[in-house]
Amino acid sequence: MSPVFIILALVTFMAAAAAMTLRHLVHCALAMAVSFVGLAAIYLQLNAQFVGFAQVLVYVGAVAILIVFAILLTRSGEVSNDSIVAPGWVWGVGMAVVIFAVIGWAVLNSPGLPVEAAEAPEVTVRQIGNDLMTRYVVPLEVVGCLLTAALIGAVVIALRDREGEP
Amino acid sequence: MTPLQGCLLLSALLFAVGFAGAVSRRNAILALIGIELMLNAANLNFIAFWRYGEHGGGTGGLMFVVFAIAVAAAEAAVGLALIIALYRHLKTANLDEVKGLKG
Repeated sequence: MSPVFIILALVTFMAAAAAMTLRHLVHCALAMAVSFVGLAAIYLQLNAQFVGFAQVLVYVGAVAILIVFAILLTRSGEVSNDSIVAPGWVWGVGMAVVIFAVIGWAVLNSPGLPVEAAEAPEVTVRQIGNDLMTRYVVPLEVVGCLLTAALIGAVVIALRDREGEP
Repeated sequence: MTPLQGCLLLSALLFAVGFAGAVSRRNAILALIGIELMLNAANLNFIAFWRYGEHGGGTGGLMFVVFAIAVAAAEAAVGLALIIALYRHLKTANLDEVKGLKG
C-alpha cells in the first residue's frame, strides 16, 4: 500500500466520521463533500479517471448542493440543544461495529483474493463512449428513463399543496 | 496487506460509518447522507476489483459504477423531495417524531 493511498483513506474516513457525528448540519454536509473528494482522488489513483471526474461532478457538484438546499429549506441548520441521536442509537452503532468486524475478518482471511496486483488496465474515455453506445446502450436508455421519472416524481412530491388542504 | 485488501477495508469502514449514521441520527437528512456514504462504499468495491482483479482490461466495473452513480443521484433527488414534503406537513425533519404509522 502506498503512502498516498493511506493519506487519502485517512482523509476520506475522517471526513465521513465527521459527517456522521457533527452537531451542525451544514458542517455535516460539507464534511460529506470532503469525503466524496477523497473518494474521487482514490478513484483517480486506481486508474479510473472517468469515474473520478464523474464522482466530482455528480456528488461534489450536485448532491452536496442539493443536500445543503434541503438543510436550509427544512430549517435544520439552526442548532438546537436537543439530542442529535435517535432513541436506541446504541443498537445501531453496535450493528455497524459487528458489520465492520465481519467484513474486515472476511477480507483479511479470504483465500480467493488475488495477492499480486494485476497490471493497471488502460481504459480511455473513447473506449467508454464506444461501449456505452454499443454494448451498454439498453442500460443507458433505462437510466435515462429512470432519471426522467425521478425528476418528474421529485417535482410532484415537493409541489406546494393547494389552498385549504392540510 | 495488499492494496486490494486496503481498498476493501476502507470500503467496509465507510459502509459501517454510513450505516451507523443512517440508523442512529435523528435528522432525516443525516440518514440520507449515511445512505450516500454506503452507496459510495459499494462503488469503491467495484473500482477496486476492476483495478486489481484478474480479468482487468474491460470496462465492466467502470460501467457499473457510472450507472450506480446515476441511480444514486436519482435516489438523492427523490429522497430530498420526500423530506421537504414531510417537513411541510409535520413541521419537523426528525425521524422519531414521524410516527403516524406506529402501532
